[in-house]
Amino acid sequence: MPSWATLLSQAFNGLALGSLLALVSSGLTIILGTLGVLNFAHGALFTVGAYAIFVAFQYTSSFFLAVAMGSVFMLVLGILLERVIVRLFYDRPHEDQILVTYGVGIVLVEVLRNVFGSHAQRVPVPSWGTGVTEMGFLMYPTYRLQLIGMVAAILLALYLILYRTSLGLVVRAGIENPGMVGILGIDVKRTFLVVFAVGCVAVGLAGMLYAPVVAVSPDMGATFMVQSFVVIVLGGLGSFPGAVVGGLIAGEIISITSAFNSAYSDVMLYGLMALVLVLRPQGLFGSEGRV
Amino acid sequence: MSLLEVERINALYGDSHVLFDLSIHVNEKEVVALLGRNGAGKTTTLRTIMGVLSPRSGEIRLDGKPISGLPPSAIARVGVQLVPEERAIFGGLTVEENLRLAALTAPKPWPLDRVYEVFPRLKERRTSRGRTLSGGEQQMLSIGRALIRDPRIILMDEPFEGLAPLIVRDLVNVSRALAAEGRTMIVVEQNVAAALSFADRVYGLNNGHVVYEGSAKELQAEPERMASFIGVGLHG
Repeated sequence: MPSWATLLSQAFNGLALGSLLALVSSGLTIILGTLGVLNFAHGALFTVGAYAIFVAFQYTSSFFLAVAMGSVFMLVLGILLERVIVRLFYDRPHEDQILVTYGVGIVLVEVLRNVFGSHAQRVPVPSWGTGVTEMGFLMYPTYRLQLIGMVAAILLALYLILYRTSLGLVVRAGIENPGMVGILGIDVKRTFLVVFAVGCVAVGLAGMLYAPVVAVSPDMGATFMVQSFVVIVLGGLGSFPGAVVGGLIAGEIISITSAFNSAYSDVMLYGLMALVLVLRPQGLFGSEGRV
Repeated sequence: MSLLEVERINALYGDSHVLFDLSIHVNEKEVVALLGRNGAGKTTTLRTIMGVLSPRSGEIRLDGKPISGLPPSAIARVGVQLVPEERAIFGGLTVEENLRLAALTAPKPWPLDRVYEVFPRLKERRTSRGRTLSGGEQQMLSIGRALIRDPRIILMDEPFEGLAPLIVRDLVNVSRALAAEGRTMIVVEQNVAAALSFADRVYGLNNGHVVYEGSAKELQAEPERMASFIGVGLHG
């Protein structure tokens, strides 16, 4: 039995991991819900984000400036991918969409491996985030607390776009019933470019903010990719609140289980997914229909 | 020239031929009822006009300009608005969001309050999510979504189906008021008496063919005639 201090610190780790998973999964689920495309390049885009800040930081030496440059890079990359590749696959079968995005993911990862090598790179913790914070009941790395706050702010921004703008209104309606959105005079496909690009920026930001915590390597996105699939199944396909809540639940399960026996953290995660699929096949926040 | 002209259209669902050389027209400020049995092609006619289904041949014109072959979003933007049979309310959006979404691409949308004047119940429920509405409220919202766009012509598919008699009475009254203020509509309805109470003209459909055309008054005077064409009684 691990000590209470260990459990508490793992609970905070779960919050950090969970918020990152929430950010990664919300991009994945919004793209899936709106475009109908399951983006298998999502994990690779996470990695690209981490490398983007690694490069940008070397030139700017400012964390926030590097994040800003990295975001612009992810935005441009997202626009290019949608216009040049993904757009051609909207009317193709799901298998084709999975294959082409999977292929894009492989190409992105191998390009990174070619340019930067397979060995791990380091992105330093920003100067304002070094050290530990004394919270009275727990000593916890300062940057990880800031990470949770920054991710929460980005999720809030996504929420505001989805729930307070006309674009968000069209996206939410389009996830439910794209045919009826068309009958009301709106060309849903016009929002696809924006949605794909926003999804890319979201997952890229997750990679950037995570980079100082871990070693940056070409394969770092693979685990996040698989776990974010589990998250969107838990939360309900196409549901933004589902991705956020599902991400937090997944993060806590992985971290808390690790405190007991890390070999079982994936088992517990998949066990929960199986349970949800049996009891509530549409996911915690999902509705039946679509996808 | 009529506002809407449907000329000799043929429509297919996969391999099955559903509409055969079907021609109808609707004049400005006219309410036309499409009557007929299940499977006669009434819903398919409305879906084809809206562009959800493309006709294999024939032409559909609004104000003399061809619209057949355009996607539904483009057809909606020139002023054709379907109120679908299944109502298709966005369950995760509130009543007000459903209406605001509908108004987004309308050239001259109504203010929200004007919809709420027609359906005061929607104002009471404006912050409720679509999936929490009763069947009658959903139908009001579905019609409200069409009205807020102020379209040239509204296509109503079975607006009274599956609703309680009191709600049907309210909706018939609203339909009459809309007809009286000169709104152009096509209405498909199994409740023939309700439809004839505000329709000017009637087409009878059978197996994808127009088998009857006449004024609503003529038909009301000769109920057995309607029955002989399509086997739907006035009180059916």
